[in-house]
Amino acid sequence: MDILLKKEQQINEDDFMEKRVKRQLETKVIRKRKTYEASMKVLMLASTFLTGLLVVFLISYVLIKGIPNLSIEFLITKPSYITEKIGILPDILNTVYIVLATLFIVLPLGVGAAIYLTEYASNKKIVGAIEYAAETLSGIPSIIYGLVGMLFFCQFMGMKTSLLAGAMTLVIMNLPTIMRTTQESLKTVPQSYREGAFGLGAGKWRVVRTVVLPGCVDGVITGCILSVGRILGESAALLFTAGFAHAVNGLLDGLSAPGATLTVALYVYAKEQGEFGVAFAIASILMMLTVLINLAATMVGKYFNKKKN
Amino acid sequence: MNIISARNLALWYGDNKALKEVSISIPEKSITAFIGPSGCGKSTFLKTLNRMNDLVLSVRIEGTVEYAGKNIFDPSVDVNELRREVGMVFQKPNPFPMSIYDNIAYGPRTHGITNKARLDEIVEKSLRDAAIWEEVKDRLKKNALGLSGGQQQRLCIARALAVEPKVLLMDEPTSALDPISTSRIEELAEELKEKYTIVMVTHNMQQAVRISDYTAFFLLGELVEFGETEKLFSQPMDKRTEDYITGRFG
Amino acid sequence: MANKATAFLIGWRIEMKKTKIIENIIHGIFLILGLITVASVLLITIYLVIAGIPAIREIGFFKFLFGKNWASTAAEPVFGILPFILTSVYGTAGAIVLGVPIGFFTAVYLSKIATGKMRETMEAAVSLLAGIPSVVYGLVGMLVLVPGIRKIFHVPDGASLLAAIIILAIMILPSIIKVSITALDAVPKEYEEASLALGATPIETYFRVSVPAAKSGIAAAVVLGVGRAIGEAMAVMMVSGNVPNMPSLFQSVRFLTTAVASEMAYSSGLQQQALFSIALVLFFFIMLINVTLNFFMKKEGKEA
Repeated sequence: MDILLKKEQQINEDDFMEKRVKRQLETKVIRKRKTYEASMKVLMLASTFLTGLLVVFLISYVLIKGIPNLSIEFLITKPSYITEKIGILPDILNTVYIVLATLFIVLPLGVGAAIYLTEYASNKKIVGAIEYAAETLSGIPSIIYGLVGMLFFCQFMGMKTSLLAGAMTLVIMNLPTIMRTTQESLKTVPQSYREGAFGLGAGKWRVVRTVVLPGCVDGVITGCILSVGRILGESAALLFTAGFAHAVNGLLDGLSAPGATLTVALYVYAKEQGEFGVAFAIASILMMLTVLINLAATMVGKYFNKKKN
Repeated sequence: MNIISARNLALWYGDNKALKEVSISIPEKSITAFIGPSGCGKSTFLKTLNRMNDLVLSVRIEGTVEYAGKNIFDPSVDVNELRREVGMVFQKPNPFPMSIYDNIAYGPRTHGITNKARLDEIVEKSLRDAAIWEEVKDRLKKNALGLSGGQQQRLCIARALAVEPKVLLMDEPTSALDPISTSRIEELAEELKEKYTIVMVTHNMQQAVRISDYTAFFLLGELVEFGETEKLFSQPMDKRTEDYITGRFG
Repeated sequence: MANKATAFLIGWRIEMKKTKIIENIIHGIFLILGLITVASVLLITIYLVIAGIPAIREIGFFKFLFGKNWASTAAEPVFGILPFILTSVYGTAGAIVLGVPIGFFTAVYLSKIATGKMRETMEAAVSLLAGIPSVVYGLVGMLVLVPGIRKIFHVPDGASLLAAIIILAIMILPSIIKVSITALDAVPKEYEEASLALGATPIETYFRVSVPAAKSGIAAAVVLGVGRAIGEAMAVMMVSGNVPNMPSLFQSVRFLTTAVASEMAYSSGLQQQALFSIALVLFFFIMLINVTLNFFMKKEGKEA
């Protein structure tokens, strides 16, 4: 009897010990999970905060350093060795010219390529090759574009160092962007529209002209905005193709002459001439343009999304 | 012995009242089937039982659900612990895109088991319990997405069993499966009720009749009738239940 | 009557034929437009190979790639580009080590936790980061980072590999964040539900289920970042000091990209050809990265 009781007690004690060990283990696990949870949360918040902080810092630093150096005179004069004053009118004009020339050439090419891919192409190999090529193009660094642009457009095609050569180089760089955005918007043109037009006996070209082309307007606009952003920010590809002259020209003369865009001018003023005030003034202009372009892109995107739904 | 009891449970999605004062007590170690036309609230109610509805932002809940004698909406309840004890199997088989082994070991690992031998043991036991061990034992390291739909669903059941739940909630677990896989899952459910309490939403009344011990009929967010399956189907108390089970609407 | 019908038919046929010819011409035009991308890639490849091979041949393959000295303007010019290759590799690796974790955690936060305005604002900020011209990064780097490094680490010149790494890490952040967010957003809700139903917390679910499920996309993001970092020229040129040293964290260094950019303006003869060869080496790296990127993208496409 006594022995039995003892045994039972023993069992109970064992049971108790086991439970205690289990509970200890459980609290350990809970603590571990809580630590994991907390550290992940901290890492995520810290990273996001850091990213946000970087953006705020970059914008405000550039604007604070740059805006005081901006003046009307700075914007509408050219640099002069006589008065020892620097104006960026030629750089602004060059930028405008190069943007216009690039878009003028790249739009028909990119839109045409996109139409070919979505409307005409039936051979899978060709489509694959084109898409692969477009992807490859978007991965090539701008310095390589600059080099090949210099060899091909400036030397081989005889364009010399000129805004046009620079624009041609930028055309190749921006081709994938225009292609992609146009393709995206063409995908949203309902198949039934095309079928409807075909059903009425329209030829392919007519369908493309009347149904498909109007449908890609939003893609073209988005593509233009993105391309303008890219052209504004480009420097390495333009250094050896468009050069870095600061002369004021008209559009047509300008295209055949060398000239620095705002970004190239920024580089030259900062790195070669140590004119940081000027560099920051240009940087602040570029920064404002970047913000504007981003806003425009988001707004256009939202507008088209709304229209679609 | 009832393991889950809901008292006047009401639920809103935004302004839309999806559950109207549902009260029900679900007996332990049995299969309870929830039936009713789509949109009647049966899935919503099921998801309330392990608080998966918490994930919906606009949801608002009133009333209580007692599990093991404690209100699951009480702030002191650890929702992760609740979900460990009240497991869930979904309508569409949803194995993780990882190996079969890692799928099963995911739960135990999450709850702190790191010992390899212990994990091996759990994996084998869970797969055996879900009647899929023989089919997958030679390819535990292979990606689970390579299994057939029926196998995936049994894998998901095994995954749910691996954390040693008390209750298994099944949300139309066979609706995406072929008849053969369906009957295997049904057999499995009947085996599992020896150890677990199973609550199953089904759109298929034959299934409810075949395997469940108790049936609850929902209509427009209301629990119309609840009782032993045999009784509910042979002598329904409510006219609406009768109309539904005789196929007058659905 | 019969005549009229025949005449109509013939007319109709001619009309059809004409339309068909026009359609074919238009098809041809579009085909050519489509092939311009392919032609551009071929053009770039061929030009780089033609321009890049002679110098490698003249200098010697191994001497060029593994030579530790670069003295292009010396009386006895030496063309060894190992310093540039290693600088590019180390610089990129450093940027990845620094940038990927920050970008990754930001992406998980934005994709899984941040909602509404917060997510929208941060995504706009990240896009903005992507849109800032590299010369602006370079400028800020020159005036903030370079003096900062000099003061903090007490080195004679802050224009160094470290400065370049930090700038590159910031510049690759947007690609990493955006591509990772896309991959994480595409993870099916069912996986996450299953994990929560097993009693995992949301954060455990994101890192143990969502992230592994999106791993190809996240890998693609990293590879994309590698491509961006290795190809960046201007910002790096402005902060790295541009001296052909073997890479070391606090020393002025020269990258593959900056090696091309810094001497191109005044180079000629073998020196210029050697610069083309450097571009060819860079291009080879980029192609390698493209192939890797494609591999991950395809995998991601299959998994989704």
